[in-house]
Amino acid sequence: MKPALPVLLACLSLVGRVALAQSGSLIVPATIEAGSAFSIQCGGSGQATLYISGPGQLIKRDVQLGGSTWFPAGSLGNAGHYVVFLSSSSASESGSMDVLPAEKPADLTFIAKPSRLPVALHGAITGAVYVFDSYRNLINKPKSVSFELSNPSSPTQTHVVQTRYGAAWTQMDSSPHEGKDQFVARVENVSSTRIVSQVPGDPCSLKMYAKPAGKKVQLQTDPVRDCSGNAVPDGTIVTFTESYDNSKSTVDVPLKRGVASIEMPAHPGATLSVASGVVLGNQIRWNQ
Amino acid sequence: MKSLNSLILAASFGASIAAIGADRPAVRTDQPVVRVEPSNLQGPRELQQQTAKAAIQDYLDSWAVLGSAMSQNQPELLEKDFIGEAQDKLAATIKQQQINGVRTVYQDKSHDVKIVFYSPDGLSIELTDTVQYDEQLFDHDKAIGSARVRTRYLVVLTPTEVRWRVRIFQAQPE
Repeated sequence: MKPALPVLLACLSLVGRVALAQSGSLIVPATIEAGSAFSIQCGGSGQATLYISGPGQLIKRDVQLGGSTWFPAGSLGNAGHYVVFLSSSSASESGSMDVLPAEKPADLTFIAKPSRLPVALHGAITGAVYVFDSYRNLINKPKSVSFELSNPSSPTQTHVVQTRYGAAWTQMDSSPHEGKDQFVARVENVSSTRIVSQVPGDPCSLKMYAKPAGKKVQLQTDPVRDCSGNAVPDGTIVTFTESYDNSKSTVDVPLKRGVASIEMPAHPGATLSVASGVVLGNQIRWNQ
Repeated sequence: MKSLNSLILAASFGASIAAIGADRPAVRTDQPVVRVEPSNLQGPRELQQQTAKAAIQDYLDSWAVLGSAMSQNQPELLEKDFIGEAQDKLAATIKQQQINGVRTVYQDKSHDVKIVFYSPDGLSIELTDTVQYDEQLFDHDKAIGSARVRTRYLVVLTPTEVRWRVRIFQAQPE
């Protein structure tokens, strides 16, 4: 039996270590808010090394056992799960703690799409936000996000959305009038602004008139507008067509100062028509 | 299609199926078990199954990269799978490990993944992952301790040239 005694003592020593690890002499806060001060209590006596380890951060500190080790505000800013190891010459213990994002939003990631689009489209503008605290932790507790789309000539559209898992999104209509809209996302006193350019849509209708110009006929459109009354941008192509005696000639003319104008040969009995994109204008029969 | 067929998705991750189906080829025993829950997305954009599958696979791959980077103290390894905030924070941790002569071995054991948000612009996918992993800490190659961790990660992925990369990687209590 004699040889068994050292083995037994060694086992008791091992049990002692395990018991110490489970004895609760290492007292770690279960949760703290990111960046807040905290302390860890280490029982026993002598010197040890304390490690707070997680993918988000690592802290290593020499500590005196038998007291509290104080970590000032800002020591642990990255939200996440941390394992706390206490290692001394005689024992090793571990615990764990969670660092939660701070309650107060400090930053937003705001993506608005598209940055340029035609007026008067339903649900065509989207905005998505992620809400962060001052340590760039995603705040996963629900927060109210206010989305506002405004310009001087249209009523402001406002949607209030609760974040879910730190994210929120919305859809807005583009306004009836061209211009640069401000798209603002706001959480508490934090906001982020994007500019959404709204440009006129396609022509709504086309009307032209004709008048003699020597041996030619001059064709000119009225100012071309979209269905919301915005002037269609210069450069938009307007197509004039003249049909006579089974022949047809077509001319593409860009809008200039809101109108398109062209001179075409004056053939008595010719049919003159105008179009832009899918929009057809009026027809004129030239009898002079 | 706003909900994903979890079974079909799970079938693409060999580790989980290997545990269930005997007719599959053997896989490494240290591969994590992966379970993908059906998504319940609210939003205007449909999440195609192929997109979801790619994002989840890239996310799972990122754990292997995280493990290598942390155990070898090589922050440059992170670049393949992490970007932005996540990469910066993980790289900072590795720098702290280097300064202190510490390295950490992370080995993921299981994942329970659920996609919770697909942004309307298609530029981000957010998922939750209830993960179990083993963490082992070494100080100048001396084993300090180990722990089995179970926690839930909030993860935001963004598309890059060829793969989804992790932009936000944050654990929170379940």
